[in-house]
Amino acid sequence: MLDLLWLVPALPLLGFLALAVAGGWFSRRTIALIGVGSVGLSLAVAGLVGFAFTGLSGTPGRPYDQILWTWLQISGFGPTIGFYLDSLSLVMMLVITLVGFLIHLYSAEFMLDHGKEPAPAGLGRAGGIGQAGVSAPAGQAGENDSGYRRFFAYMNLFVVAMLTLVLADNLLLLYLGWEGVGLCSYLLIGFWYRDPANGAAAQKAFIVTRLGDVALAIGLFVLLTHLGTLNIQDLMARAAEQWPVGSGLATIAAFLLLGGAIGKSAQLPLQTWLPDAMAGPTPVSALIHAATMVTAGMYLIARTHVLYSLAPTAQAAVAVIGAVTLLLAACSALVQRDIKRVLAYSTISQIGYMFLALGVGAWAAALFHFTTHAFFKALLFLAAGVVIRSLHEEHDIYRMGGLRHALPVTFWTFLIGAASLAGFPLVTAGFYSKDWILWEAWASPLGSPWLWGAGLCGAFLTALYSFRLVFNVFFGEAKAEAGSRPGLMMKGPLIVLAAGSLVAGFLEVPRVLGDVSLFSEFTHSVLPSFETATSVTTESALQIVTMLAALLGISVAYVLFLRRPGLVTAVIGTAWGSALSRFWIEGWGFDRLYDTWFVRPFLWVAQANKDDLIDQVYSGLAWLIRQFFAVLHRTQTGQVRWYAAILAAGSVVIVALVVLS
Amino acid sequence: MILVWLIVLLLAAGPVAWMLERRESQWSRWIALGALAIDLVLALILWTEREATVSLSNQGVWLADLSIPWIPRFGITFHLALDGLSLLLVLLTIFLGVTAVAASWTEIRERAGFFYFNLLWVLAGVLGVFLAMDLFLFFVFWEVMLVPMYFLISVWGHEHRVYAAVKFFLFTQAGSLLMLIAILGLTFIHTQQTGVVTFDYQQLLGTTMDQTVALWLMLGFFAAFAVKLPAVPFHAWLPDAHTEAPTGGSVILAGLLLKTGAYGLIRFAVPLFPDAAQAFAPVAMVLGMVGILYGAVLAFAQTDLKRLVAYSSISHLGFVLLGVFSWNAIALEGAVMQMLAHGITTGALFILAGALQERLGTRDMRRMGGLWATVPRFGAITLVFSIASLGLPGSGNFLGEFLVLLGSYRANVLVTVLAALGLVAAVIYSLAIMQRIFHGPAGESWTAPDLSTRDLVTLGAMIAVQVWLGLYPQPVLDTAGQALQNLRGFGEVTVLISRR
Repeated sequence: MLDLLWLVPALPLLGFLALAVAGGWFSRRTIALIGVGSVGLSLAVAGLVGFAFTGLSGTPGRPYDQILWTWLQISGFGPTIGFYLDSLSLVMMLVITLVGFLIHLYSAEFMLDHGKEPAPAGLGRAGGIGQAGVSAPAGQAGENDSGYRRFFAYMNLFVVAMLTLVLADNLLLLYLGWEGVGLCSYLLIGFWYRDPANGAAAQKAFIVTRLGDVALAIGLFVLLTHLGTLNIQDLMARAAEQWPVGSGLATIAAFLLLGGAIGKSAQLPLQTWLPDAMAGPTPVSALIHAATMVTAGMYLIARTHVLYSLAPTAQAAVAVIGAVTLLLAACSALVQRDIKRVLAYSTISQIGYMFLALGVGAWAAALFHFTTHAFFKALLFLAAGVVIRSLHEEHDIYRMGGLRHALPVTFWTFLIGAASLAGFPLVTAGFYSKDWILWEAWASPLGSPWLWGAGLCGAFLTALYSFRLVFNVFFGEAKAEAGSRPGLMMKGPLIVLAAGSLVAGFLEVPRVLGDVSLFSEFTHSVLPSFETATSVTTESALQIVTMLAALLGISVAYVLFLRRPGLVTAVIGTAWGSALSRFWIEGWGFDRLYDTWFVRPFLWVAQANKDDLIDQVYSGLAWLIRQFFAVLHRTQTGQVRWYAAILAAGSVVIVALVVLS
Repeated sequence: MILVWLIVLLLAAGPVAWMLERRESQWSRWIALGALAIDLVLALILWTEREATVSLSNQGVWLADLSIPWIPRFGITFHLALDGLSLLLVLLTIFLGVTAVAASWTEIRERAGFFYFNLLWVLAGVLGVFLAMDLFLFFVFWEVMLVPMYFLISVWGHEHRVYAAVKFFLFTQAGSLLMLIAILGLTFIHTQQTGVVTFDYQQLLGTTMDQTVALWLMLGFFAAFAVKLPAVPFHAWLPDAHTEAPTGGSVILAGLLLKTGAYGLIRFAVPLFPDAAQAFAPVAMVLGMVGILYGAVLAFAQTDLKRLVAYSSISHLGFVLLGVFSWNAIALEGAVMQMLAHGITTGALFILAGALQERLGTRDMRRMGGLWATVPRFGAITLVFSIASLGLPGSGNFLGEFLVLLGSYRANVLVTVLAALGLVAAVIYSLAIMQRIFHGPAGESWTAPDLSTRDLVTLGAMIAVQVWLGLYPQPVLDTAGQALQNLRGFGEVTVLISRR
């Protein structure tokens, strides 16, 4: 059964090819059937493979490596097209296919009337390279059905690339998937291509992540040159053998891989592309820019964790980047008005938590948070999509309100998602995964009270901004009439994801609360954990603090955004308040910084050298020769008296020279 | 003999195509296509035969070899020979020749017979360059490429065709002249030492000489090849020539003529003067790196689609220069892969640019925009080649660039890291193509037919080859591998000899 593994990425690939080559002849029904069905089948096969891998007992089997063919073979360098299954890639594969399938299903209905309609220009979207923002033209008529087909073709291709990324048995194939998801991200952010702002956002995403990818590529050169292979398992074994802890090469390699990871996972300082990426259709934001692709950086570091154990400096950097990112992004999430941008900053912040976990060596906790986050964040985006659609492309949360009556299913599922994101104690999955990370940040030998403190502040802020959304969107007075209601294909995924956002947490429950460790045991063979000496009392004390932070955040949100909205207005009214909120809305000024330092100089150089200075030098040379020719040409007048005069003058000069010298 | 037939067939078909135009104007393009089709079959036979005898041919250097005395007095022979490197480039030449004919099918209406005559003769010249193993013969073919190309640009080109053609001719000819001097110098030194007058490549290999002299002679070869490649700062002819040439001419210029420069470096400049090349390598690698970045920035700034693609060629060929002068197995394989992949990708982009110009009457991207809605197939296929051009994994371009950088990392870390930034720059200009032409609001209300079936077949074949290069490159790597190993061997052997 395990040998069906290759079908998991191959089925969506088939779907993509069918849609790309022959999709023009298909009806929308067929397109949806192929697009959704290919991912559904892939999920089924993934389930079968997973079952074969774990067996009835639920314990992971031996890692399975399926080599399809040798990609290339030159002087000892022989990467394969091969897939590697262990508990880490299995968890990733199952989450990707499950969430991917649900989002495809949702899209089949959602995109029916969205294939043709561009989203209005977002709020405060910063422009990247490309044209400045221009208001969206109305409708993309004549392109209706091909948009529907294009959407599913790209989405299928994305699933292929993402699965390749997590299943690859060597870093070169991983890199193929890595760049492939970047391409699909670009294509889908710019899906509504008429609006130049979308094009700019799409290009920005590709270019910024490519910067990270280049670092990753150089990291591959370092690893391959010094360790002689790119097969991940061999690589880790050789690194542990040949490089002592703290060795220079290990540190350099780990930092270079980290460069790739922060680009893809939108961590500081390469996080600027993700908020703009919200220009894409909402299901895209849910799948690519929340649940799966942006967590690729987390996966890469978890996959190569042996290397990070050899490079303590790099690992500490991971923790610090995670902690700082989670705080900065949480502050920005707090002040955005666009519902999708709130969720985008929230994603950056939550991935910050994953990086924090990786940085303190809590590999399994990072993977666990990835899993719960995939459920609740996909849920939040999909529910937000329902809201936006129902309010006719309204993104501004201050123009929403009271929707809990009009959209009951959406309200309850969104509430569950937000509670999970906020880490509402005991019943939500987000609580258990976040609590685990915070606990490790304190108790791990690599942890520190500072990291824990940052995470705790983040937990408070997370609860605050999550319920800011809930209260503004679903409570209060209705400010706009809700239009279309979601159908079954959209409600179904919401309900399944909501269930996941609640129960997924019970896979790993701390000692005091019930002591379940299914998840950590399942992944233990791949992702080792630390033995901690901290007492149960400390642990429970910390847990209570975490719970209080979340509850406090929710209560403050209740007061500020429902009971006394005047308070917020008053704070923002002050000079300090308004400056700070503008600073946070702009994402701490990173866009402006990069614009001044990199984008403008590049554009200036490109414009200044448009006509190629080197070519101008040659043209100048040609001009000189023409001038020389013109001067000489003038001497040839055809008049004998001139010739005679010059002849005479020349003779005089020569005679004079001879006589005088 | 098959080697001669490859060339003679094209040389003979040229005049026939020209003559028969008077009878029936349709005939000349069919003759050109037919001749190239036969050539393609012949070349594929060569390749498959070679696959069968691969284990036997390891000792011999050549897979096919033909030597006929030509001017015995000066030791000049008509010596054609084929190894894996030549074979791949011969295949590329014929394949792109077919696509160039297909791209010119409806574009060329004026004096079509003479057009196909020139096209076939350029291709014959290119084949000769890839096969000649006598330096004098090599030089003859080098010039045979030049003249018909000049006519292709100056007769069927666009607005500034004569300026572009003259510029092309002057740059190339200046380089050729230096190479001729270097060839004569090398023969002279060889004669002094051994008393044998010869232009034969294999006999000239391993000629020992003073280091300074070797460096100057090497620079003579390098000049010709660096102009053709082109390496910055000798690239100024390229944007004009590529932009002004008709579509078929641009395909051949970018896809093949540039490759003759790269081929010359690998075949002649380095193996004939290994020590001098090694001393010069840091300079050449820096030139390659500068070319990668300089070309990419310029490409982004262009508003003319063909000019943008032309400057992107400079950037891509920078990788080849970097790879060749890293001179290790991985970098050289990468350089060869980059040559093949760039030929396909850039050829396709020029075909697309030509087809767009045929429909809209302009290449100015400022007047375009939002064309995806009008011509979706056009957009989709341009997208495929744009992302190949930015080196997305799965394309041959990616493997080429990755292997070159991997190899050059071993030779020079700093240059490699800077060159790798070219990967970011490539994204910027490649995506600009899509954004400016197919995305954004509609520039003008164009109505144009989408790609025809003929275009789809041509471009579909090019996509297939590109994906094959990207995902199953081993046959190509193997074919090139043995030849490259031999070439590296020449270098090492002569190093040993000269050190004794």
